[in-house]
Amino acid sequence: MSSAPLLSYRAVVAGYAGPVVGPVSFDLVEGDVLGLVGPNGCGKSTLVGALTGASRLFSGEVARRPGVSIAYQRQRPVRETDVPLRADELLRLTGADGVEPPEPLRALLHTRVDRLSGGQFQLLTVWACLGGAAEVVVLDEPTNNMDPGAIDALADLLHASRGDRGVLVVTHDARFLERVSAHVLEVGP
Amino acid sequence: MNAALVFDPLFRVPFANGLLLALVLPLLGAYVRLRNEWLAALGLAQVTAAGGVTAILLGIHPLAGALGAAVLAAGIKGRTERSGNDVYAVLLFFGWSAALLGAANSVRGEELSHALLEGQLYFTTWANLGGAIALVALVAAAGPWLSKKLLLEHFFPDHLSANRQSPWRLHLAFDLLVAFSVALATESIGVMATFCLVFFPPWVAFRIASSWQRALVHSAGLAVTAYLVAFALAIAFDQPFGPVLVGTLVLSGLVRLPVPRHR
Repeated sequence: MSSAPLLSYRAVVAGYAGPVVGPVSFDLVEGDVLGLVGPNGCGKSTLVGALTGASRLFSGEVARRPGVSIAYQRQRPVRETDVPLRADELLRLTGADGVEPPEPLRALLHTRVDRLSGGQFQLLTVWACLGGAAEVVVLDEPTNNMDPGAIDALADLLHASRGDRGVLVVTHDARFLERVSAHVLEVGP
Repeated sequence: MNAALVFDPLFRVPFANGLLLALVLPLLGAYVRLRNEWLAALGLAQVTAAGGVTAILLGIHPLAGALGAAVLAAGIKGRTERSGNDVYAVLLFFGWSAALLGAANSVRGEELSHALLEGQLYFTTWANLGGAIALVALVAAAGPWLSKKLLLEHFFPDHLSANRQSPWRLHLAFDLLVAFSVALATESIGVMATFCLVFFPPWVAFRIASSWQRALVHSAGLAVTAYLVAFALAIAFDQPFGPVLVGTLVLSGLVRLPVPRHR
């Protein structure tokens, strides 16, 4: 196991036309669930957007361990109204089809994703990220649209997350992060 | 009516050419529809028609002009780095204008323009069939890789960029494949029949299929069935092939009507 963090933010200032958030520093290491928490609009999603280029990096550095792959679930997953992709086909895209899915998803594997409820689809896309092989998983507001049962399932998934992986959770729900024993980093503008 | 003509050896090459196109175009159409770029086929078909007419004006083979125009259009679309139909709408209007202006200023251009509009499958040659065979081979070789990447990029749009992979190459590869297909098909079956084969079968299949794999099977099956019916009807009743195929495909769309949208 390498001693370098899987992902490292060093004095990152990110934004769009101008800086929105930062400077922020943190390390994500194996076995860690790190929660970025803060009120709506404080720049949490902007901060993780620096990882994909969705937001602009004004200063600082986003470093990742060489060879590390990232699974990224965006705040509003792409939801189609007339695309005949089945749940198990979606899981196959990220390599999450080789592991038994959480119980609430098992009966839905042969259902078209456009026929799932918002919460079911949200849990499916989270599992598509967590069930794959990526060493870093970024979940942006994963509890959106979820009912209490689905949130319980998500909390179980994060508790059971692999020890060789780091999970970065962006949420405004501090109580959820407490449930999953995450390290918490408060983000402010 | 002369049904015996359907089995005339004279029509074997055109039949095989059209059959391969009817198999491949709807498969590509499924991914075009996934990317909400269903206008792609019509825009590219018009541009390739303009390329064919321009080639005649320049004294070169129309197929070469059509392919060149299609590749150029795909490149321009790639440079804009935009998905959706607006770029294809611009290409459609430009292609329509250029094709008709070119046709108006050349006797042969006018002939070709009419042929591209109606489709001239029965006059296609081994060169067209060779292109269709190459297209099938290309889709068979690159299809599984492209399929996974396009679906992954569609449902997890941050996946590639988070892993420092540019989606630009993927988009360009797909756009070029579609452009190549549409150029070949426009030369063989005309603008509207090409557009219809890309658009219509996936439009039906997306509503009725229970999975992506089945949607591909339904798309290809519907298109091939409509092609076989249209080929026989057009020859037997001495009708232009393109309009008969489009009419057959549109009638097949009735299959979609009883199935409601679920959300």
